[in-house]
Amino acid sequence: MMDGTDPLSMFAAANETPAMAHSTTTGDLLRKRREKEEEDVGADFVPWSSKRGEILARFTTTEKLSINLFMGSDRGKALSPGSSAVSDKVRTRLEELDDLEEGSQKELLNLSQQDYANRIEELNQSLKEAWASDQKVKALKIVIQCSKLLSDTSVIQFYPSKFVLITDILDTFGRLVYDRIWTMCSDSQILPENFTSEDVNDTAKETCLNWFYKIASIRELLPRLYVEVAILKCNRFLNKSSIQEILPRLTAMIRGIGDPLVAAYARAYLCRVGMEVAPHLKDSLNRNFFDLLGTFRQISGESVQNQLVVQRVETPEYLTLYSPAINWILQCIAYRAPEPLLTEMIERCKTLGNNALLLNSVMRAFRPEFVAARATDFIAMIKDCDESGFPKHLLFGSLGCSLSSADPPESERLTILNEAWKVITKVRSPQDYINGAEIWVEFTCRHFSKREVNTVLADIIKHMTPDRAFEDAYPQLQSVIRKILTYFHDFSILFSMERFLPFLDMFQKDSVRVEVCKSILEVFIKHQVELTRDPVILNAMLHICKTMHDSVNALTLEDEKRSLSLLIIGFIRVVSFGRDFEQQLSFCVEARATFCNLEPVMVQLIHTVNQLAMETRRVMRGNHSRKTAAFVRACAAYSFITIPSLSSIFSRLSLYLLSGQVALANQCLSQADAFLKAAVSILPEVPRLISVEGKLRSSESFLLDFINSFMATLLVVPDHPEHGVLYLVRGLLNMVQDYTWEDNSDAKVRVYIGALPLLAAMSQETFLYSVPKVDSNETLYGGDPKFLSEINKLCETLIGQILDHLKILGREEQTTRRQSTLAFSLFNVLLAHGDLRNNKLNQLSVNLWNLSHKHGHCETRFSVRTLEHIKHQAQQLDMAHLSDTVQRLALQSRT
Amino acid sequence: MSVTLDIRLKRANKVYHEGEAVAGVIVLMCKEALQHHGISLNMEGSVNLQLSSKSVGVFEAFYNSVKPIQLISNNIEVAKAGKIPGGKTEIPFEFPLNTKGNKVLYETYHGVFVNIQYTLRCDMKRSLLAKDLTRNCEFIVHCQVISVFTKHGTARSLLPKFLIKGHLDATNCVISQPLTGEVMVENSDVPIKSIELQLVRVETCGYARDATEIQNIQIAEGNVCHSLAIPIYMVFPRLFTCPTLETTNFKVGQ
Repeated sequence: MMDGTDPLSMFAAANETPAMAHSTTTGDLLRKRREKEEEDVGADFVPWSSKRGEILARFTTTEKLSINLFMGSDRGKALSPGSSAVSDKVRTRLEELDDLEEGSQKELLNLSQQDYANRIEELNQSLKEAWASDQKVKALKIVIQCSKLLSDTSVIQFYPSKFVLITDILDTFGRLVYDRIWTMCSDSQILPENFTSEDVNDTAKETCLNWFYKIASIRELLPRLYVEVAILKCNRFLNKSSIQEILPRLTAMIRGIGDPLVAAYARAYLCRVGMEVAPHLKDSLNRNFFDLLGTFRQISGESVQNQLVVQRVETPEYLTLYSPAINWILQCIAYRAPEPLLTEMIERCKTLGNNALLLNSVMRAFRPEFVAARATDFIAMIKDCDESGFPKHLLFGSLGCSLSSADPPESERLTILNEAWKVITKVRSPQDYINGAEIWVEFTCRHFSKREVNTVLADIIKHMTPDRAFEDAYPQLQSVIRKILTYFHDFSILFSMERFLPFLDMFQKDSVRVEVCKSILEVFIKHQVELTRDPVILNAMLHICKTMHDSVNALTLEDEKRSLSLLIIGFIRVVSFGRDFEQQLSFCVEARATFCNLEPVMVQLIHTVNQLAMETRRVMRGNHSRKTAAFVRACAAYSFITIPSLSSIFSRLSLYLLSGQVALANQCLSQADAFLKAAVSILPEVPRLISVEGKLRSSESFLLDFINSFMATLLVVPDHPEHGVLYLVRGLLNMVQDYTWEDNSDAKVRVYIGALPLLAAMSQETFLYSVPKVDSNETLYGGDPKFLSEINKLCETLIGQILDHLKILGREEQTTRRQSTLAFSLFNVLLAHGDLRNNKLNQLSVNLWNLSHKHGHCETRFSVRTLEHIKHQAQQLDMAHLSDTVQRLALQSRT
Repeated sequence: MSVTLDIRLKRANKVYHEGEAVAGVIVLMCKEALQHHGISLNMEGSVNLQLSSKSVGVFEAFYNSVKPIQLISNNIEVAKAGKIPGGKTEIPFEFPLNTKGNKVLYETYHGVFVNIQYTLRCDMKRSLLAKDLTRNCEFIVHCQVISVFTKHGTARSLLPKFLIKGHLDATNCVISQPLTGEVMVENSDVPIKSIELQLVRVETCGYARDATEIQNIQIAEGNVCHSLAIPIYMVFPRLFTCPTLETTNFKVGQ
């Protein structure tokens, strides 16, 4: 171990990653130390798996690919030395294998990239199958053939992706071999996590050695190398120290690979496995890198250049093919490496020609803090680079990536931005331009004010508008918006950027535009905590919301509508004009016109207006002036004309009720009357089934709830002078009677039972509750006997209807339970609201009690509780008559 | 009435050196008790020679395989005639690996014309009605001090102009250790396609001398970087190589 990681920092590192540390309960200190040494790859090491997808997505091709597999064709050379006269046993074994693979030499041509990936996946599967069915040699052959594919550099643009696909297979193979040997060891006892080669039994060691011998006799260099690297981890079973010799040997072996690209990727794979198996052996990582530098001159060499000409690939594009490999190697080296080593690496890169590629990788792989601290140096180096090899804007892109996560010294920031932008703005191709610009937007937003960001936006608009170049760059443009939103939370500043809205105008594809608007609104709702009336914000946001709203059409999904509505509602909630209520109302009027297609928004607007009316009332302390009275009437009018546009019947009903209550509270009697009348008039429209969360459900319970709360409001609503007594109550009950209830439903009777307490309350001299400054019926009629007799008549009719229904229920066996429940609830209502001194009523209630207990469906617990309650009541003044009643109420026998 | 006979050596890798004891067990598995006329164990080591068709005619080569040279032969009786109970029976055995007289034990080797092989054979004699049972088991002998003689060449120049230099770390190699060295392409007019390392054995039987390839591995693929040392590294395949041997009857060299 040559690197200078001191024990302290190593200790700290191990502490940082407690998830990685295994059971520390084993008291063995020595063992623990070893563990820590071995596991110094912490969670902060970006794993290969996260690079995979990126590489696969980036290196694609439309060229046709081919797979060339010679299964079993050269096995004689590859697997059996001494091919000409092998012993009988070996020969028969080989013949067996021949049978398995006879004629499987195949070449697949004209594969698209997807086909290719599928083929490789098939191979991966057949590898697993072969392994599972104990055909180890076949498995090895598959792996060898796959790694041979890596020497093929036709369609070179695809090479990095090919590498990813094939190394997946190699990884699978490595795992299979390791697990197999592991289970061989675990026959007698399970190996501890940190076992050494002494714990391994001989059979396992022998098997392991056999693998290595077999692989050592593979004829071709590349498969021999890759397959050995794949099972490198198995060295643990043989010898602890051998890995120290193997890594340098394999590193040296790669020198034999002529193609620099193939060699670079082989190195990347070696480093990848090396980091996994022996992360403490940094030496061979460095060796790999220096060897790589040594072979760098080959790129400009004749054979590579010839190949590029044949494949029609430009040098800059070719160079980018190296970056994943070099990035990875450098990342392995830079991981927890001391500063001097990194500086040395940079020095080495500087001295080489064609170093732009390296510089790029250095910036990508080294710690961002390290790069940021030397940003000015890097800019100087970038300037010195040879323009032809590797485009400078890519270099600045990499630098920008580092700078977006680490800060350069404050004094240098502006210079850095200027230098970078100078290069980026000169890039001709819009695609290259936007890729670079997108990265640097982050840096600009992080460190500079809206002025600079505005300039950047202006520049982007200037570049992307010609020829509608923005159409191909939506993802990047979206990312620009995202970055700006991350740093600018003050929307008054954001919208005061002159170029922000024009920038939004570049999103001309509907789906993208809505996406962007949504992201803006999300941030707005999250960060705009204070209420606002800023005209700049309101205008811009209204514009954005309108864009979203206008995207809604017949094909829009319900979920999408809902999420759009939620966002717009979030915006409406933040808007407040303070005491300027009229302004607020006119905003609501405007919003209604703008968002007419989104029902939840309409509902929210009605709520807002209602709230506005109540707010006015609060401000005026309940005494409206002429002006405010007119205003609240305007509010009521707003609600009244908005509600009918809603399609959901229950939102309409509840909003009518709510608005009616608000109007009543604001002494707008005729308006309140109109609301309630409207509610009653639409009652027959309520469908029997409504859809709740996508399921059809009976509307009955919702309707009952609504009617009950509606009746509670009716108590305080004064009768209309032109209509008769209890006009609304009658109207409601008529509607209930005419409504087509579900068959076999007691709902109607329930409503009747529910209406009795209302009527009882109305017959009181003073009502239970009232609305300030509104004269209810109590004052209007003042306990007029005519009024009371009306109520009595009504009650009689209702009770008559209920009793009729109970009779009908008594006819059938299966409805007696319902009868019992209804009778019991009517009994309760009479008990609570009726005057039981009246003999007739008293007799009726006793009958009801008996009826409800007749068939034994009554809950005894409730009955007992009710009896106790009555006894308790009877002890109170004026209630002595109840004690007689109690005597007559018999409990159901418990049998 | 099935019975299986198996020889299991104690060492998993079956490698023994001279003077050591070859130890193991004979495993007998049968469902019911079994009558037999004695079990014997035989250890044999021999060199088989075959004449090359180059030096003699094809037919002669076919018929004239030279009589095997016996290196070691040892016979013990493991069990006298009797009965074996049903189930699994293990009979341990041990042979000293020593030669008689002036004979030398050679390393196990599977070549083209020369084969050196050591086997254990277990025979179980049975009554006339049942067949005798036999089981063979090969074990491997490694010699203590061993070396391979190898020649090497440097800097040759042929038709297209090129200069390739190289060396081997040692011309005498220990057979259990890999062959190592380096080769470096200084310059070459024509792009290099591949550099391969060939391991060849030379076997001599009597007057016939034949060179055959044992193993060929590629150490460089494609046009390698010039003036960069490429390592030579080859693990000697087990069984197919042996130390250079010279005896009166046959020779093996690499």
